[in-house]
Amino acid sequence: MHSETRLILGGLTTLAVATAALVVLPYVTVRDTPPVEGLKPYTSAELRGRTQYIQHGCMYCHSQQPRARAFAPDAKRAWGRATVAGDYAYDDPPLLGTMRTGPDLMNIGVRQPSDQWHLGHLYQPRAYAPGSIMPAYPFLFELRDQAEAGETVVTLPPDFAPAGKVVVARPEALDLVSYLKSLDRSYPVADAANVN
Amino acid sequence: MNTLSILMSAFVLSLVGLGFFIWSQRSRLLSRTADGSEVIFARGEIGHPETSTPHRALEGGGGTVDSQDLLDRAAADASTAPVVFFFYCCAFVWLLVASAAGLTASIKLHAPDWLVSEAWLSFGRIRTVHLNAVAYGWAPMAGLGTALFIIPRLLKTELVGARYAVLGGALWNAALVAGLGSLAYGVSDGMEWLEIPWQIDILFVAGGAFVGLPLILTLLRRKVAHLYVSVWYMGCALFWFPVLFFVANIPGLHRGVEAATMNWWFGHNVLGLFYTPLALASIYYFLPKLIGRPIQSYNLSLVGFWGLAFFYGQVGGHHLVGGPVPAWLVTLSIVQSMMMILPVVAFTVNQHLTLKGHLAALRHSPTLQFICLGGLMYAASSVQGSFEALRSVNVITHFTHYTVAHAHLGLYGFVTMVFFGAIYFVVPRVTGRDWPWPRLISLHFWLAATGIAIYFVSLTIGGWLQGSAMLDESRGFMESVRITLPYLQGRSVGGALMALSHVVFAVHFVRLLIGGERSTEQSSAYLSAPGAI
Repeated sequence: MHSETRLILGGLTTLAVATAALVVLPYVTVRDTPPVEGLKPYTSAELRGRTQYIQHGCMYCHSQQPRARAFAPDAKRAWGRATVAGDYAYDDPPLLGTMRTGPDLMNIGVRQPSDQWHLGHLYQPRAYAPGSIMPAYPFLFELRDQAEAGETVVTLPPDFAPAGKVVVARPEALDLVSYLKSLDRSYPVADAANVN
Repeated sequence: MNTLSILMSAFVLSLVGLGFFIWSQRSRLLSRTADGSEVIFARGEIGHPETSTPHRALEGGGGTVDSQDLLDRAAADASTAPVVFFFYCCAFVWLLVASAAGLTASIKLHAPDWLVSEAWLSFGRIRTVHLNAVAYGWAPMAGLGTALFIIPRLLKTELVGARYAVLGGALWNAALVAGLGSLAYGVSDGMEWLEIPWQIDILFVAGGAFVGLPLILTLLRRKVAHLYVSVWYMGCALFWFPVLFFVANIPGLHRGVEAATMNWWFGHNVLGLFYTPLALASIYYFLPKLIGRPIQSYNLSLVGFWGLAFFYGQVGGHHLVGGPVPAWLVTLSIVQSMMMILPVVAFTVNQHLTLKGHLAALRHSPTLQFICLGGLMYAASSVQGSFEALRSVNVITHFTHYTVAHAHLGLYGFVTMVFFGAIYFVVPRVTGRDWPWPRLISLHFWLAATGIAIYFVSLTIGGWLQGSAMLDESRGFMESVRITLPYLQGRSVGGALMALSHVVFAVHFVRLLIGGERSTEQSSAYLSAPGAI
């Protein structure tokens, strides 16, 4: 090879082909997919919770993309139907995830509607899921002698409750739980052919 | 359009495109004397491994090596020494930071109640610090440092504007400190490989430009007619990465599942079109230099290069198999993942043919051990990756630790090993000092090689079992967690050995700086052995 111009132009051409396929075409076809009927925009508490989810890197262990029945038994684990592009219309950025060190969370709000379960599980996952390897998040809570008015006290199983103290959820924990409870894609989608 | 026709047309188009590129850039394709591969040697130097200073190689060659070529090389080395040294020092720091963060994250996966009181030490953050310290610290600092060293040598000219490269490196590292700090503090853009906030990314772009421009100006001032293989890889990587990084980080541009396809277009290309070409370029330079003969087939290296350029860019969609993205996109990526076997085989055959008959050199040269192991792991991880993209394999391995093992085989077994070898070769040339304790190089090699072997085997088995358990609906999800525990512990053992090898490496480097002897004739055991270093 004798010409740096041809080399670089050739290299940029190959990258342009790849970018056209993986970025430009999706940009044109799926970027602005409208929300599926039944999908609600996030509330501000849920959005703050979503930021917490990103801050603590939940997406490194939890996916948000159940797959089709024909491909994998995700639905049989109660993770929900396969998602479509319109399910992510309000997700900026989408948190599809690449690992299932823990279970898929796209429908965790359906499976676990209880605030107390979520709060206790964040404080000490092993109190609710024996054998879990999820980190505990004690820094999202405060230990107090007694709670003040308006604070949310977390009720833990007796073996895991700190002696003589009450566990109070910080606002971050409450926001995060709002977000987790909002994860609900159980409404039906029209193009079921693409889903199952 | 149905899947089969997309598949066939992607296949045919790729082959036609590849054929056209190789034809248009061929250098007397069928000629047997492909002298392009000899450009890295001084006239008369073939047959003499570059084991020591140019001065000594001259004497070793019995006065037959062209002294003007060696003077050119010495001038090129002198022009790059300070900037290469600076980049390597940064690389050492990030290597240690990344090792500590990675090992911490690994232990946390089987000891989930360890170090939980601080948010910045939680798994989700320390894992991200690890990834970004490798992705934007160790790998580019070592890779660009090596490129800064090699490119002026290959062009037989001095580096233009070295001080700008130093400034660029400083900006880049400042950006990385800010980036890792914000990730630890909890400010993240939320996409894997693109977590560092876009405001800080502006600093990376400025820093990268100051590093890249001197290299491009140097390319324009070259004094050789022929561009060697390593220049193709490094030259293109220097254009590919800025495009990737810039397009991926523009705020507000990407949304919905399009952001996910863009995410993996970036995530996979930063490996395939940045670290991989920098490491392959290093192999193409150091391997022939260390055994003293040109690469076997210049034409195979053309196939390897254009094949990589053509196919690698489109493979990213295989991270979204089964996901909510257009089916044609995933199919395209699977096809191109399989096509990657072509350039990988071309490279591997070439490496094998070049080394044939020179395997004895491996015994004496730790640098060559690192480089050869890295080359082998390039083949292994690439072929593994191609098959991992197939739906039938992916349905088991996706979302499991198997993928993590694969990623480390590529970025550690291949890229990092090659950069280790490059640093052992380059440091004595930029500092004028010998490595003081040659045995530590062997210790480093064996600790790192054993470590990555344990790491890879553990996580591969554990990930496969995890994926199989998850696919079996009759087994509870917790079983897929429990089954991985011994393998996650095995990974920590492997990771600890790797981290220890890095400490050995860094201690050796510090010893070289503070007490190493100036390199002189026959001054140390490793330089006096033929083929050593």
